[in-house]
Amino acid sequence: MRVALGIVAALILVFVGLVWYGRAPSSGGTAGNGVSTDTATLERGQYLALVSDCGACHTTPGGKPYAGGRAFVTPIGAVLSSNITPDAGTGIGSYSLADFDRAVRLGIDREGNTLVPVMPYPSYASMTPADIAALYAFFRNSVAPVAQHVDEPFLRWPLGVWRKTFLPANSPVFDAARYATPQVARGAYLVQGPGHCGACHTPRAWSLEEVALDDRSDRFLAGGQVVDGWLAVNLRANKADGLGAWSLQDVVDGLAKGRNPTHTVVGSAMGEVIESSLQYVRPDDLQAIAAYLKTLSPAPDLHSTYEASDETAHALATGKEPSRGARLYVDNCAACHGTNGRGRVGTIPAIAGNSSVLAIDPTSMIHLLLAGDELPVTPATPSRLGMPGFAWRLSDDDVAELLTFVRSGWGNNAPRVNEREVAKVRELLPPTKS
Amino acid sequence: MANVRPKVDAVIVGMGWTGAIMAKELTDAGLHVVALERGPDRDTQPDFAYPKVVDELEGSVHRRYLQSLAKETVTIRHGPTDTAVPYRQMGSFKPGTGVGGAGSHWSGCHFRALPEDFNLRSNLEHRYGRRIIPADMSIQDFPLRYEDLEPHFDHFEYVCGTSGKAGVIQGKPAPGGNPFEGSRSREFPLPPNPNYLGAEMFYEAAHASGYHAYPIPASNTSAPYVNPYGCQMGACNFCGFCSDYGCLNYSKASPNICILPVLRMRKEFELRTLAQVLKVNLDKDRKRATGVTYLDAQGTEIEQPADLVLLCAFSLFNVHLMLVSGIGTVYDPQTGKGSIGRNYSYQNLNRVTLFFDETVQANGFIGIGGGGAVFDDLNGNQLDNAKAGFVGGGVIWARQPGAGPVRGITTAPGVPNWGSAWKRGVKEAFRHSFYFEVQGACMSYRDSFLDLDPNFRDAFGRPLLRMTFDWHDNEIRMSQFLVGKAREMCKSLHPKALKGDAKKAGDHYDVTQYQSTHTCGGAIMGSDPSQSALNRYLQSWDVSNVFVPGANAFPQNNGYNPTGLVGALTYWSARAIREQYLKNPGPLVHA
Repeated sequence: MRVALGIVAALILVFVGLVWYGRAPSSGGTAGNGVSTDTATLERGQYLALVSDCGACHTTPGGKPYAGGRAFVTPIGAVLSSNITPDAGTGIGSYSLADFDRAVRLGIDREGNTLVPVMPYPSYASMTPADIAALYAFFRNSVAPVAQHVDEPFLRWPLGVWRKTFLPANSPVFDAARYATPQVARGAYLVQGPGHCGACHTPRAWSLEEVALDDRSDRFLAGGQVVDGWLAVNLRANKADGLGAWSLQDVVDGLAKGRNPTHTVVGSAMGEVIESSLQYVRPDDLQAIAAYLKTLSPAPDLHSTYEASDETAHALATGKEPSRGARLYVDNCAACHGTNGRGRVGTIPAIAGNSSVLAIDPTSMIHLLLAGDELPVTPATPSRLGMPGFAWRLSDDDVAELLTFVRSGWGNNAPRVNEREVAKVRELLPPTKS
Repeated sequence: MANVRPKVDAVIVGMGWTGAIMAKELTDAGLHVVALERGPDRDTQPDFAYPKVVDELEGSVHRRYLQSLAKETVTIRHGPTDTAVPYRQMGSFKPGTGVGGAGSHWSGCHFRALPEDFNLRSNLEHRYGRRIIPADMSIQDFPLRYEDLEPHFDHFEYVCGTSGKAGVIQGKPAPGGNPFEGSRSREFPLPPNPNYLGAEMFYEAAHASGYHAYPIPASNTSAPYVNPYGCQMGACNFCGFCSDYGCLNYSKASPNICILPVLRMRKEFELRTLAQVLKVNLDKDRKRATGVTYLDAQGTEIEQPADLVLLCAFSLFNVHLMLVSGIGTVYDPQTGKGSIGRNYSYQNLNRVTLFFDETVQANGFIGIGGGGAVFDDLNGNQLDNAKAGFVGGGVIWARQPGAGPVRGITTAPGVPNWGSAWKRGVKEAFRHSFYFEVQGACMSYRDSFLDLDPNFRDAFGRPLLRMTFDWHDNEIRMSQFLVGKAREMCKSLHPKALKGDAKKAGDHYDVTQYQSTHTCGGAIMGSDPSQSALNRYLQSWDVSNVFVPGANAFPQNNGYNPTGLVGALTYWSARAIREQYLKNPGPLVHA
């Protein structure tokens, strides 16, 4: 009995201690004070809201802008994005600039609760005070208030513990001086800060924080997370499964339009980012982002290789199908991608040397082959080109054999795919119509 | 009672080529456009997704992408005293349905008309005297010239990524193209597709006979392409599934891939599918359309008021809608009066098949709908009609649109239709034969027309459209002449056997055999309101806020496939609406 009481008391103490450890004071300040509302500031804020892709999470499809309510599945259960319109009761109408800054950059709301890190505040932490002020001005003055209550997550105190334990104690300050040119520095700022590319493209530790928040680590943007069933690719300079073989213009086109003439096309998850954010990024900023990405060194871990070879193309064109995977390729894929694996420029992606095909983790390729996918559309690129899914037609073993073939044909050299990996992805897909 | 929707600037009936072009042009002008399509929405994904779409049984036998004849069809008879019966199975022609319409399941042959096709009657009278035109032949000049349409031909080709080789650019001959064509403002957007073996041999044979062969202008792209709207196209892989099918890899031009991607992003454009338009509503004195009435997918009758009504259905159904709505006066073949239904015409297609031994790998399963080779030496002013003994000309071409077992395999003459001899014949023929075709013009006649059937009704209770059509001596002579020339030129290729099917004197129109979906006329454009339904801008003479783009507007048919001319006329009409009509609504031509 005593022992039990002791344990309970100890647990209570630990709990109180943890809550105390993770707490943050509620904040003060007056909403709207000292905020400029000149056109230039508001436009800058609006642009930053687009670059930061606030709407992707805080606007539901067909819903009022920034009124929140979009659901996200997280390790602590489903959470809803918050209402960030300037409504006083349900939105951020009562936030002062300091409150806003603390929420966006440190992940702490006005009451002192820690935000669920679906909100990429570890990235936003490096945003400059001037940018935060412009964003604040935009949300206060240019966004229509919407009274819409959004339920908050049930259990928030562990988030505070997580934040205090795993995030940097002091919010980082972006240091432009570390970069060779102002253009690269601008790109670095956009990538690390508002663009929050690392939130998906940087691997996460066991404790779920990104392993690096900037390029001082060679694992920054090294890819590896699976987001919504798609692998966030390696954005470092690895030649086969990174951006090593991409030209600057390839990167710019890939970001702005989701297709570029030489390498690949961009599907679902990144396609959403293009539709809601990247298509609005100014050409000079896109150039800066691409210039910065091209300065990153190759990631150090295990990587695929690609050495162009016409052996496979020759074999297929002369009717030799050296494996079951090759036969499946000819029957299912060659009609569009060709026996030469080169696809059609800008329309049908090449398989030879394609960095997504060559990614060590085959999740995206399995997902794509089973469910199909389509390209994002923008006014400049209105065609929603798509690839059909083959889940109705190919077994797990077929998919594994086929992908193993494409990952080793035409000079590609990436690890083989096994049936179990395919089964795992298939399980997560919604049932398909046959 | 009809459920009335808020009024819009323009309502479009049908979302094929003409509907999509009109919707694009009118939303460009800022109009709020509602499009009503009787069939389902269709797009490459999921409707034409590989490999399901390449299913001969579904596409060419069950006619998955074509109109359902169980709901709406036409009745057909050969002459004005016959009783017409319904066209219950797809045969002679194949109207489409759904978004993209026939523009999604066409082959891709994308010709322009010749300059002399536009002033056919006056040109013939000028060259040979009035007597060359038989008394019962009702051909007319188009009320516009090739030069009027040139910019629109050009634009439509650039929208479609048409692959070909110009023969005349800005008045100067260009080697490799058609030396007899009207002058183009510039080269095709893409170079020609590669030739299959039969096309290569066609060049040989044509050259030996002194003909000037050139690549068929094909809206099947020879390379990846981005059109002026930013829409992307792939490149043709010669899969052989064009006609009857939607394209699986974005390489055959269609409204779906060349125009709709832009429309789908526009707030001013609303597409309502499974919306069957029943009639155009007119005001009391039938001078103005107030909108249309349609049935939605649930079968609810809905009225859609609009300032402008654009009939963009398949040519036959445009005429049907005019007739059931009471637009204009019905053509009477007895008196020759009335304009709606007048001058129905068709296409005069015949085939010559060449059979070779096993050294000739023709491989008919390699196919491209619009590609191949053709010549115009027997078309337009190149042909001496007085000497040939008929009016109108035609082209001879090599086309290999794709063959397969379900679509049927032609066998050499003398092979039986069953048993082991048939099997042997199929084996010998399938990979070692190809065909040349003659595509002749089809004149219009006083006794070839469309009206409402007195006996049969459609699923919506409306009288069916009745087609009265048969071959006339002029077309039969043309068929024999062209097939004869084709057979002659084949000789230099030394085929093992040759099979030709020229029409014979006294032959009647056989609706059970596929010939061509080029049904033309019935609501023709002209300069005289008593002899035509539409003015030179495709505007109804009688109801000035109704425009009727389509092959229904051709006073007679020429030797080419109609889509290029249909597209150009639609852009021409759209420009008139934008630049003239919207500023000052009312008749654009005062006759």
